[in-house]
Amino acid sequence: MSNEWPLWEVFIRSKQGLDHKHVGSLHAADAAMAIENARDVYTRRQEGVSIWVVESSKIHASDPDQSDNLFEPAADKIYRHPTFYSLPPEVKNI
Amino acid sequence: MLPSLYEYLLYLGDNTLILGHRNSEWCGHGPALELDIALTNISLDLIGQARLYYQYAASETAWQSEDTIAYLRDAHQFRNLLLVEQPNGDWAHTILRQFLFSSFQHHLYNYLRESSDPTIAAISNKSYKEVAYHLRWSSEWVIRMGDGTQESHQRMLTALEDLWMFTGEFFLPAPYEDQLPTGIQPLPAPLMQGFWMDRIKEVFSAAGLPVPASPGFQSGGKTGRHTEYLGYVLAEMQFLQRAYPGSNW
Repeated sequence: MSNEWPLWEVFIRSKQGLDHKHVGSLHAADAAMAIENARDVYTRRQEGVSIWVVESSKIHASDPDQSDNLFEPAADKIYRHPTFYSLPPEVKNI
Repeated sequence: MLPSLYEYLLYLGDNTLILGHRNSEWCGHGPALELDIALTNISLDLIGQARLYYQYAASETAWQSEDTIAYLRDAHQFRNLLLVEQPNGDWAHTILRQFLFSSFQHHLYNYLRESSDPTIAAISNKSYKEVAYHLRWSSEWVIRMGDGTQESHQRMLTALEDLWMFTGEFFLPAPYEDQLPTGIQPLPAPLMQGFWMDRIKEVFSAAGLPVPASPGFQSGGKTGRHTEYLGYVLAEMQFLQRAYPGSNW
């Protein structure tokens, strides 16, 4: 039976103010069940305060075969990092 | 401690210990990994609640502990409802048993939060949130199964036929309940039936299940007269402590 249930991706926010992070996936018949299952599977050790679930089939991913084209060109463009500015000493937490 | 209070604490603790044990029998056998974990979580909640009631019950005697209460009593000394000792059966039986009990327990704890006994009030207040989730979870499943396929609906009807007869006992006060000092159980059990029935009707209506007209006629668990199943539950649960008294890990 579980084989017929679609796969869902689970995102948990660990604290108020932080981002939801992908924690894993699970099977469920619908969104309500997916949230309950996520609560039971992924938050039983106080991992979070909020749950998002997304049907895995609804996520569109980049093609791993195109990694070269997509990501490597950024490798030699260090000037895109904001490390060439001298910050005034008053600005501390950047 | 008043004998009536002691017995009432056993009643509260035995319900959750035995149902927790029954649910734990699904561990490793759930219909899906997610449900296996869900039911195990509920088991742990229920066994945790039993521990709190037993610790309180044992607190005034030197020779007793939560462990002696759980492991060294025989079936006739258990005060749990007959419903919770019934076998797991199929998934329909297990989730209907959980729903029938959680819907009652939810109201029970809601009132016990206002108990004049501060320890009972504190335990019930803590456990109330757990039970609210058990109720939500089991309600969803009753609806899903009742309103699912022809087969799941049929399985729910069979479970209903097997389990409904044990629900009347919730509202039949045992002698120790009647003897409790006023305020410990703020709303006497018989007065809870209407609230419970509202919830049953709401969920059964969404699930397309009939509310049985017959009264739940089976009783006795609250005073120690159990079905044949409890003995087997205890045999498994208590074996280790009986064979190796005081063993620890």
